[in-house]
Amino acid sequence: MPGKVHVTTTINGESVEFLCEPRQTILEVLRDQLDLTGTKEGCSNGNCGACSILVDGEVIDSCLMMGVEAEGQEIITIEGVASADGLHPLQQKFLEHAALQCGICTPGFIVAAKALLDQESDPSEERIRLYLAGNLCRCTGYDKIVRAVQDAASEMAE
Amino acid sequence: MATKTEDYLGITDYKVIGTRPIRHDGVDKVIGRAKYGADIDMAGMLHGAVVRSPHAHARIKSIDTSKAEALAGVKAVITVEDLPLQEDKIEDLGEGAANLQHLRANVLADGKVLYHGHAVAAVAATDIHTAQEAADLIDVEYEVLQPVLTVQEAMKEDAPLLLENQTTESLGEDTGQKSNVCTHFRHELGDVERGFAEAELVIEREFDTATVHQGYIEPQNATALWSADDQITVWCSTQGAFTVREQAAQILDVPVSQVKVVPMEIGGGFGGKIRIYLEPLAAVLSKKTGRPVKMVMSRTEVLQATGPTAGSFIKCKMGVDKAGKIVAAYAYMAYESGGFPGSWAAPGAMCIFAPYNIPNVLIDGYEVLVNKPQTMAYRAPGATNAAFASETIIDELCEQLDVDPLEFRLKNSAREGTRRADGPVYPRIGNEECVKTALSSEHYATQLNGKNRGRGIASGFWFNVGLKSSAAASVNSDGTVSLVEGSTDIGGTRTSIAMQLAEVLGIRAEDVKPQVADTDSIGDTDVTGGSRTTFATGWAAYQCALDIKEQLIERAAKLWEISTDDVVFDDGTFSSSDSSKTLSFKELAGMLDETGGPVMGRATVNPSGVGGAFAVMIADIEVDTETGKVEILRVSVIQDAGKAVYPSYVEGQMQGGIAQGIGWALNEEYAYNRDGLLTNASLLDYRMPTCLDLPMIETHIVEVPNPGHPYGVRGVGEVPIVPPAAAIANAIYDAVGVRMTNLPMSPGEVLKALWSKNGENGTA
Repeated sequence: MPGKVHVTTTINGESVEFLCEPRQTILEVLRDQLDLTGTKEGCSNGNCGACSILVDGEVIDSCLMMGVEAEGQEIITIEGVASADGLHPLQQKFLEHAALQCGICTPGFIVAAKALLDQESDPSEERIRLYLAGNLCRCTGYDKIVRAVQDAASEMAE
Repeated sequence: MATKTEDYLGITDYKVIGTRPIRHDGVDKVIGRAKYGADIDMAGMLHGAVVRSPHAHARIKSIDTSKAEALAGVKAVITVEDLPLQEDKIEDLGEGAANLQHLRANVLADGKVLYHGHAVAAVAATDIHTAQEAADLIDVEYEVLQPVLTVQEAMKEDAPLLLENQTTESLGEDTGQKSNVCTHFRHELGDVERGFAEAELVIEREFDTATVHQGYIEPQNATALWSADDQITVWCSTQGAFTVREQAAQILDVPVSQVKVVPMEIGGGFGGKIRIYLEPLAAVLSKKTGRPVKMVMSRTEVLQATGPTAGSFIKCKMGVDKAGKIVAAYAYMAYESGGFPGSWAAPGAMCIFAPYNIPNVLIDGYEVLVNKPQTMAYRAPGATNAAFASETIIDELCEQLDVDPLEFRLKNSAREGTRRADGPVYPRIGNEECVKTALSSEHYATQLNGKNRGRGIASGFWFNVGLKSSAAASVNSDGTVSLVEGSTDIGGTRTSIAMQLAEVLGIRAEDVKPQVADTDSIGDTDVTGGSRTTFATGWAAYQCALDIKEQLIERAAKLWEISTDDVVFDDGTFSSSDSSKTLSFKELAGMLDETGGPVMGRATVNPSGVGGAFAVMIADIEVDTETGKVEILRVSVIQDAGKAVYPSYVEGQMQGGIAQGIGWALNEEYAYNRDGLLTNASLLDYRMPTCLDLPMIETHIVEVPNPGHPYGVRGVGEVPIVPPAAAIANAIYDAVGVRMTNLPMSPGEVLKALWSKNGENGTA
């Protein structure tokens, strides 16, 4: 096994340095080295979206990105979605609409929905469903999640 | 505390129950701070990995761990030899009875592997990658045996036997006959032969349903620390900390008091996180190394070796008389147990004809070993398979009688006093109310137009359970109450339980601080399962509140120097009966120190007044006749909640159950090849519904109070998964005229049915 690689990146607005093995995913680095455990692991092969993070504004499955690829990137995780002023509208609407049950998929959904609403202010229901189709939820049947995203979009547009 | 069956208080002007507060654990879960089992990290922690069988059925000839042990970073390797021997005896482990030898042999194979992915050995190393490398270095030599993959094959007389000592128990007696059939049971009501003889119209069909997985998004995990003083702590995601404690103590052969289970937040369970898999392995690896050991399954391991619920083969026959009344019903239900005994035919048999008043019924149930993982509960276990059979036959009866399927259900509805075939006589139930609500719904009144579109109806039943729950609560000086309970919270139950305490004390839901405690910190509480948590643990919280109320009345009486009989408590205010003195709950809570010290309430319950749950689904679909794909256009679910304590989350359960049922109906199946190897152990190939596959899911909550609960609560979690498979099959028939009898109704299966009806190129 080759030695560890030094990586400099930006996570949730702060400059971060870490050492990682080339075989480690950014998901593993976030969770096991940087203690950012809000990003969840559901399948490790890009099929469930529980590990969604934003890299330079694009939503990606962090289980499919290597830690070394974070060099020079801007990463946002669920821990960076709320601000000191309070919850992001998506987080607030997820609570109000009961859009989570067990909550394991929730960070991934909120991160993915944030990517959508950062790009589009008024997505249709169909557009929301298409955009979030990479995130699996087994508890809710998605109804309340879609409604929460719609409501957050309206609030953010105001 | 005693709990009677007739406890309904008949309250209608609730202040807290029926409202929609923000759940107490909500903020932690939307900002990523909530700690799930896999989020644990500890100083000196090792990581574990499991060696799993590459065969479905094989004898283990040898296991060579030497290469793994020699790898740098590896700290311990274990096989079944490292687990204490167990007697061949059945123990109640809080999840139903289990044979201890089987429990042990499931967590680590003992001489034989019985399914692809069966655990054979485990490793602990300084990091997960080293542990996985070490697992790959363990050489296991197998003598491969012929696998048995369906109940029909397994029931043949010359079928290879999975467990050489397994004999069939038939109608309560051990036949001594060696077989893969573990159990045959029967329910009989009336005279089924006479019933069919009197019938005007009889329909009989055979059904095959695939093995499916619960599909929780969080994989199984366990972290254990076996301390030098032999105290064992286990952190894990489980539906029931106390059953984990019981199972782990049995497998490790230590007293339960030596094991403390700390339930972490749990990322879904649906019945699949009750049996233990990793906990004893992590514990023994910790004992060997003196360090905490964390084990987390990969998704492949989850699909190969945990969960699935039973696939089944069902023959079902129903007959109606001239007046359109069901006069006889028969079912032959053979369900997969997987590699070890214990299956879901029994609950399936309790549900199959449950929504109907049928005078003559015969049900034969069989639990059958096959080379698949030991099957587990999955949301109303057994009932979805069963309803797929009975509810599609009912649809066919309605078609031939030319009657409306909801009117038919109303006419034949089970009601208070109806006897179910397995024995119980119903107390007040809400089946008719559900059917009537469906009949009068805007959805049902709206005609569905368009080519290849169809509407299907199906009913469902689940009996729900009571079981043990404990709660303790302390009054804080600021007028809030801290509530400690033993039910792990999978979908908002901290709040639905807290609301029942708040209702009694006249405080807001937000003034209760609920927390789920470990096994050393609260009384024994059974699993979050059986739709029991809001019902039973909610009842414990209600009793806790009554205990607090009584103590606070004593405090007020002492303060005012009057008899407790002269203290009235109403809507959060204590007053003297002459109304000269009043204190709010908050004011009195601030005076505890001067009136005798802290106040705590406590309660344990084991309620018997469980109320069964009924649901009806209306499904509108469209079939693409070129590809066989079924699109869901519109769905409604109507369900009797008894009383919806926390309506947002009752709706959530209804919607979630429907979504899982749709997945079961259309896509989900365990695909085994001829060698018994699971070929779709990923979430790409085990295809669960995404949000793009589903429309909004319309919910109608019916409230027919359960007379067996103070607030009329029935369980709500499970029954919504029961109707979808049948409702969609009925909709497919309505759309394109083919009767689907196998699950899943995947595009290929639908196309095959269309071709066999129309010819491959024809459109009939």
